[in-house]
This record gives sequence, C-alpha cells and structure tokens, in this order.
Amino acid sequence: MAVSGVLRPGHVALRVLDLDAAIHHYTKVLGLIETARDDKTKRVFLKAWDDFDHHSVVLREADNSGMDYMGWKVESPAVLKKLAADVKNSGLCTDFEWIAAGEHPNTGERFRFTVPTGHSMELFAEKDYVGNGCGTNGPDINPDPWPDGLQGIAPSNFDHCLLYGDDLDGVVKLFRDVLGFGLAEQVMAGPDGELMIGAFLSCSNKAHDIAFIRQPVKNKLHHASFLLGSWEQVLRAGDILSRTKTSIDIGPTRHGITRGETIYFFDPSGNRNEVFSGGYAYYPDKRTVTWTESELGAAIFYHDRKLNEAFLSVFT
Amino acid sequence: MARERFPITLEGHGSGHGFDDERVLVALERAQGFGQLKNMPRRLPVGCRRGGCGVCRVRVTGGDYRADLMSRAHVSAEDEAAGIVLACCIYPQSELYLRLEPIAVKEKGQKAVKTD
Repeated sequence: MAVSGVLRPGHVALRVLDLDAAIHHYTKVLGLIETARDDKTKRVFLKAWDDFDHHSVVLREADNSGMDYMGWKVESPAVLKKLAADVKNSGLCTDFEWIAAGEHPNTGERFRFTVPTGHSMELFAEKDYVGNGCGTNGPDINPDPWPDGLQGIAPSNFDHCLLYGDDLDGVVKLFRDVLGFGLAEQVMAGPDGELMIGAFLSCSNKAHDIAFIRQPVKNKLHHASFLLGSWEQVLRAGDILSRTKTSIDIGPTRHGITRGETIYFFDPSGNRNEVFSGGYAYYPDKRTVTWTESELGAAIFYHDRKLNEAFLSVFT
Repeated sequence: MARERFPITLEGHGSGHGFDDERVLVALERAQGFGQLKNMPRRLPVGCRRGGCGVCRVRVTGGDYRADLMSRAHVSAEDEAAGIVLACCIYPQSELYLRLEPIAVKEKGQKAVKTD
C-alpha cells in the first residue's frame, strides 16, 4: 500500500465545560454525528459523516478546556507494536501507557505517550468500520455522494490539529524520524532565519495531518480542524456560525501555508475549531515549502497579510 | 419582556452599555468599536469569548452579574468568589464596574518570533 505506518489522525479528545452545550455545538452547528455515549466518564463520541471508522472526536466534561489527547490509526497490530517500541526507544517521549481495548468503544488497544511539547498522543490499529451511510444497495455499494440528514456545517472528515508547545525541534524529530511523517511546510525565523517556529507535518497525501507552533507553553491546543469540499462551503459555514451566534475568530479567508481556505471559530468551552477546504496533494518526495519571518503574516492569513493578535495568544 | 440595559465601566478606560442577556465582553467589544474605551495599553483582550482561553480576565469591582462556567485553568474557585471572572462569561444584572486582570496572558503569546 502507498500510505503505510501511521495512516491518519484517528481521533481528537477535547475537554469541555458543559457537555450538553458542547454536544449541541458539535452536532447541530458543526454537524458531526454522535455514535456513542459513556455517561459514567461523561464522554460523547462523534464522527464526521465521511469518517468511516466508529468515531473521530471525543468530548469529555471537565472543569477546564483543551485537548486530552490525539490518536493515530496505524496500518496493523504488528505495526502498532513496532511503532510503540520505536517511540519508547527514541528517548524523545515519556509516560508510556497501554490502554485496554474497549476503553474507547469499538476500538482496540491504544498506546499512549507524551511527546516533547507535552501533548498526549496515541497509536491504535483497530477501530470498527461503520462507513459513511451513502451506500444505496448495502454499505459501500452504489453510493450516493453524500448522506441524507446532515445538520449544520457538516464537514466530511476530522482532518488535523494545530498544537502549541515549546520543544518544537524534539517533536518534529519524533514525527519525522520515528513516526515517518514528512515536513510539508515550515516557518523559519530568528536573526539567521534558522529557527523553526512552525512545522506542518504529513503522514499521508494531505498537506498536513498535524502542525506545531513553537510557543513557551506545554500541551496547548490551537485548533482542531475539519474538512469541507469547497470555498463556497466555507462561506456557508460563516453564515451558519453567524446565524447561530457562534464565536468567530477570523475568516472566511485563506492561509498562505497549505493554501487552505478557512474559517476559525470557538466551541462553547473556548476550544478553537476550523473548517477548511483546498490545499494540495503531498507526496514523500515533495520538497518542503519554507516561509520566512518577513512573510509570516501572509503565511498565516494570506489576505490580511498580518497576524491577528488572537492567533498567537489565544489557545486552550 | 424588554431587555434591561446597564452601563458598564472599565476602570481607567471608559464606559459602554450592556444587556442583561449579553456577554459583558461582547458589550465591551461594541464600546471599543464606538470609541468609548480610551488609553488601552493594547486592544481589548478578546479571545475565544467562551470561557476557555482566559485572556479577558477581569475583576468586578462593583455591581451584580450572573456567570456561565469558566475554565478553572484561568479562574479558580477562590478567584471567582473574589469577583475575578472572564468578561466573556458574565452577564450584567446591574450597573457594573470592571478592572482588567490579565494575569493569564502574562506568559502567553507574542514570543514565537523572538529568539532571546
């Protein structure tokens, strides 16, 4: 197979202050589909309509906001064992833990570890295939292009996260050298332009599956992002967000980095969400795109050509 | 029932008006848009507007309000008892007096392109 090892972001687990308010936002405004609920641990599991595994978003009620962890689907149980050993032996990570199968519903065992920026990451190989509901003569037989009954913005997939942390060099080394990601784009700054302050990493054909920005903090979430099919859908998302009086951060606009068309907004607990479209196909033999400090504004927001203050200072 | 409208004063900077079902931060954003807030050291600190990021931390020095849930990472139970809240999560129930209390942003942000 062409995409091997780590296949894709499998799930993101977010802390929310009020579970009912969060469920309303994530199902009625963002338009994900609830697939399971665990009242004992105050967790809800959801997926975007074209995510074919059981869930891709976990919401957990807590007294503060932010990200609990992000999970990565790998190609097989054997690869899971190998990558877990590689992560342990890398000397870059801490807090290793095997989570039993079934702790997430319909999911096999997960290997959890803490990366150099302080974020918890997981690898797993098995999660039940539930499909996208588009088949007309049985699952995946003669499918329609999209299912009935979608609500709100209704992105097709959970796509990536952007995370803030201090040890960018360590985390980039981990994702490139141990987990096999490619560096699609980088932002360089400093007197000689040799300090990496942003890294956009791909394990697949996407322009990014995860991104990190160097900030003097540990374990912070900038945003969790979901995929739309067109610029028109991003504009429609803006209409839905305003109509529902959702807190909009910036957009619709375009990123220079990855060329994505985007709008940022906040869930009812202040976790930033993005829906976006566009970008390009990444391949392992593609050369890394570099953004320099002088063009940082256009790199982040291509039309404004400057950072809004909230981009760097607001995170959970 | 008609919405009640109250003056909201940000100490040292000026006054605007808010409604009893409106987040105080949103009222302050409008006041800033009208040019009613002066001598701000920086722009009004507006972040997520939903109680998660902590940048709009204020101390209520006078008046009544009701509050939504706020992240305990930025407002402890002791803070909240002392009137330290996130402006995005409170709704005025009388005339209000506020003071910016931005300790949560001290170590945040703006350092990504500095190399020292």
